[in-house]
Amino acid sequence: MKKKKVVEFIAFFLLRVCLYTVLAVLLVFLIDIGRKGGGAITWEFLSQPPRRGMTEGGIFPAIMGTFLVTMVTAILAIPLGMFAAIYLNEYAKQSRLTRIIRLSIRNLSGVPSIVYGLFGVILFVNILRFGTSILSAGLTLGLLTLPWTITASEEALKTIPNSYREGSLALGATKWQAIRTNVLPYAVPGMLTGTVLGLARAAGETAPILFTGAAFYLPYLPKSLSDQFMALPYHLYIMATQHHAIQQVRPLAYGTALVLIALVLGLNMTAIVVRYRLRRKRRW
Amino acid sequence: MDIKPKIEIRDLNFFYGPKQALRNINVVCADRRVTAIIGPSGCGKSTFIRTLNRMNDVIAGARTEGEILLDGVNINSPQVDVVELRKNVGMVFQKPNPFPKSIFDNVAYGLRINNGRNRAEIEDIVEQSLIEAALWDEVKDRLKDNAFSLSGGQQQRLCIARALAVKPEVILFDEPCSAIDPIATAKIEDLIMKLKKDYTVVIVTHNMQQAARVSDFTAFMMLGDLIEFDKTEKIFTNPANKLTEDYITGRFG
Repeated sequence: MKKKKVVEFIAFFLLRVCLYTVLAVLLVFLIDIGRKGGGAITWEFLSQPPRRGMTEGGIFPAIMGTFLVTMVTAILAIPLGMFAAIYLNEYAKQSRLTRIIRLSIRNLSGVPSIVYGLFGVILFVNILRFGTSILSAGLTLGLLTLPWTITASEEALKTIPNSYREGSLALGATKWQAIRTNVLPYAVPGMLTGTVLGLARAAGETAPILFTGAAFYLPYLPKSLSDQFMALPYHLYIMATQHHAIQQVRPLAYGTALVLIALVLGLNMTAIVVRYRLRRKRRW
Repeated sequence: MDIKPKIEIRDLNFFYGPKQALRNINVVCADRRVTAIIGPSGCGKSTFIRTLNRMNDVIAGARTEGEILLDGVNINSPQVDVVELRKNVGMVFQKPNPFPKSIFDNVAYGLRINNGRNRAEIEDIVEQSLIEAALWDEVKDRLKDNAFSLSGGQQQRLCIARALAVKPEVILFDEPCSAIDPIATAKIEDLIMKLKKDYTVVIVTHNMQQAARVSDFTAFMMLGDLIEFDKTEKIFTNPANKLTEDYITGRFG
């Protein structure tokens, strides 16, 4: 009896240590960036373009660029991902083919993002002639997000009990009516949550936009979808590694990092809050 | 009172992929009577009742052979629209499955998807259906409440009201009382006996007393075979088959 309790204590202790280690790393990381970058955050930093070879001024074009490119990503990934998931989960027969498709989608989420970047250059920039632009970069990020969107949407659809579908069909609903009136209304919030998490990840990616549209420096905002743009992650990469006066611009780099982290965390928190609210409302 | 057949099942075989679940079933469900299907778990009762509104269509690899005639028309023939069939043959499931909507919207659901009715008509039919399902008095002041706020037995009567609202001729009950308590069960049994004035009822139950109480005809099934089908009285007092006798006297099952 005694021995069992000791083992129990040690097991709990180890698990707790693991958890605290992870939390500590995250905390140190956030505090460090917050401390070093906090000073750079001023209204000017957030609302002005960079000046004097990016040694002064702000990151407004990068914020706008990341915002715009994420919008393009959302417009591609949300509907496409949701409808693909609806097809896979509700319509497709459970055959070897659908299993292979599902497996491929899972595997796509493991493809390195630089590969997506190169694929985007070939498909969107060259073949489809969208040029290096917001459109090309947004679509490339959209492809990167799709596996997440599809998987999350499918999981959301799976949480809807089958009895809703059958109950609906038994009343003379067509399959689409059953899905539209009795599955989607309860699944869409969950689908959106997963999608927002995917978008947050896309917003922080550098490699896929590197060759497809992100610009080193632009003193003005993009005027159309076919313009190049500045983006937070790429801007950060430049400020941290490529700038001619790295030491001098270090505070600006930390400031950029802080803004990017805040943006991604903000998106994630939104998704988590939405999910939490839904779980409380859910009655099945 | 003469008895007319409503559903005639002839030489019905049913397969889940290579596995045969029903073998040569021949049953006649009489018009405006209650036909009960009894038998041990896994005997194919639920599979059988689900062939009557083609609910098994949604299962991959499912295959039906033989004829199921509803008013003389084979429901599996290509001319039959499965959506129309299901409006005509309603179903109440084993576990109450109200939708996460208001009580009113649950009952109105079937009317709205089949459209063509205005608000006043829908309100009328919802009220009638709830009265018919003996639930109106309990819910008339809270029609906007979520259906999940009802008790299990009330939820099941709500599901019955929901099925009645689309005006079917046949109602299938798939073990409707297996998830609710005895008092709620008694209410549903009363209801079934009232419903047979206007509807043809088929009920699957693993509760033999229930079959004896509510049904006019009983089919006893085992392992996918129909062992015996006769008047309920005959099945429970003087069964022709030894297996039926063993089952109803509680020797197995």
